[in-house]
Amino acid sequence: MRTLGQRLWRYRGLYLMLLPGLLYFLVFRYWPLWNAQIAFRDFQPVLGVWGSPWVGLQHFYDFFNSYYFEQLLRNTLVISVAKIVAGIPPAVLLAIALHETSRRFLSRLVQTVSFLPHFLSWVIVYGILLAVLSPSDGLLNQFLQAFGLEPIPFLTSVQTFQPVVVLSEVWKETGWSAVLFLAALLSINPALYEAAAIDGASRWQQVRYISLPGLTGVLVLVLLLKIGSILDAGFHQIFVLYSLPVYSVGDIIDTWVYRQGILNFQFSLATAVGLFKGAIGLVLIVLANHLARRWTGNSLY
Amino acid sequence: MARKILSRSDRWFEWSVDAFLVLVLVITLVPMWYVVMVSLLPFGERPSLWLPPWKWSFEAYAQLVGQPSIWRALLNSVILTVGGVFISLSLTVLAAYPLSRRDLPGRGLIVGLILFTFLFNAGLIPTFLVVKDLGLLNTYWAILLNGAISVYNLLVLKTFFQSIPESLEEAARIDGASDFQVLWHVVLPLSKPALLTIGLFYGVANWNNFFEPILFLSDRNLMPLPVVLRDILTGLNVAEYVEGSAAQAAPAEALKMASVVLITLPMLLVYPWLQRHFTKGVLIGSVKE
Repeated sequence: MRTLGQRLWRYRGLYLMLLPGLLYFLVFRYWPLWNAQIAFRDFQPVLGVWGSPWVGLQHFYDFFNSYYFEQLLRNTLVISVAKIVAGIPPAVLLAIALHETSRRFLSRLVQTVSFLPHFLSWVIVYGILLAVLSPSDGLLNQFLQAFGLEPIPFLTSVQTFQPVVVLSEVWKETGWSAVLFLAALLSINPALYEAAAIDGASRWQQVRYISLPGLTGVLVLVLLLKIGSILDAGFHQIFVLYSLPVYSVGDIIDTWVYRQGILNFQFSLATAVGLFKGAIGLVLIVLANHLARRWTGNSLY
Repeated sequence: MARKILSRSDRWFEWSVDAFLVLVLVITLVPMWYVVMVSLLPFGERPSLWLPPWKWSFEAYAQLVGQPSIWRALLNSVILTVGGVFISLSLTVLAAYPLSRRDLPGRGLIVGLILFTFLFNAGLIPTFLVVKDLGLLNTYWAILLNGAISVYNLLVLKTFFQSIPESLEEAARIDGASDFQVLWHVVLPLSKPALLTIGLFYGVANWNNFFEPILFLSDRNLMPLPVVLRDILTGLNVAEYVEGSAAQAAPAEALKMASVVLITLPMLLVYPWLQRHFTKGVLIGSVKE
């Protein structure tokens, strides 16, 4: 029998390889966890994390009782849910259309083109949105004016900001999300379609009774994972797109944490809110993963 | 599939499928096309979807290309992208390989600890304080190190390494190869497609990254392209990037859209290659276990 020490020594090469990675996780992922205690303290940079006085749950109370609590939670959830509802049907439709078309060239072309926006930074998409939505000579507003309508300042109007956020996400990500669904469609046994065709099923019936049922597994998985990260309404996107006039409808938990913490130096309050989001996120994702494993046999981790 | 005889309903079906695909094409391309048209706009002309070629003005591009600050930002972007991919890929490979070895004592515990950081995020401020306390603010190390390992990429690579037959590694080890030698000479050569995909994931993320630079850097000379583009688009510092006298030579909209086009260009050049490998990457990620 070898001792534990001898066993570990045998693996010294592997542990040595692991060292930089472990160091990374220790410093950049676990040290922040330690710092998160300032949510329960009144953090002052001169006193440091450990030296700042405890205040218990004060920052959480302050947050829950403030008027922006409801607003942030509402904006985050509304935008997130709308993205799921508006995003999944076009992706499924696109996957089905790519799968069903008999024009190979068209299929390849659409895949290539619809995929592209996924790789663009939100800053670039912001530029494209400016071109299309600008009140003075944006494409859409030129169109509205041609029909005698008033131009709409889409990006700075309280009524239109959320739809812009949701639809720009759909524009950017539909092609990308369709890939997963397309993969699921390609894994369906072609014999099913052939048998159905011989039995006289129309193309539409084949989609309805073969393709759609073949997608339910992936659909449930995607839906659950999206629900698991429902508090992530798209920080980088909104960070670029929003501005003061639309804070009331565009401000989400993440953007607020950034402004309070980094710009207004409310370190403790912002950390408390971030922690609140992290805790709910943890519960949701674990729950979603559990359900995904039970219902589909697949899981995220 | 054999679909020779088309009934009327099937013909209608095929027609609507193709129409939908064309619609997707139009919706995706028209905004991009319009950006290009606006970027070519001369003075005194209203932007439109179809600007006749004889009216095109490349003044905006000429102005931007003549700006040293744009080149500076490009260099910054290249440093952050290339440096980031190198650091991220090395760290990810070095961590993924030992964790792919089922016999490693403590493997489950370490994977658990890493997975936990994926599920629970301490948030922006505590991370910012770490970078600040390390004295990395306003240096590229803040960006390069803070985002060095993506847990998702690490797990994908670990799963990939696990799919390599153990007998191959075993044979090398019997011949006296050390763990490093096995990784370098046996595992990595077999993992080229996976490494390429993950490298591309990191590369695109780094190239597009604008938030970490804004968060961690204060020196304007250190800012990468996306941050500069954002400043140009919001009109914050147009004068800083395009000198006063020159700013008269092209309309402001043309300048803004020309910078959008210029910054998209590098991505377009590598795109055909990206697309091929990313599609594979999605599939590597989705068919694990």
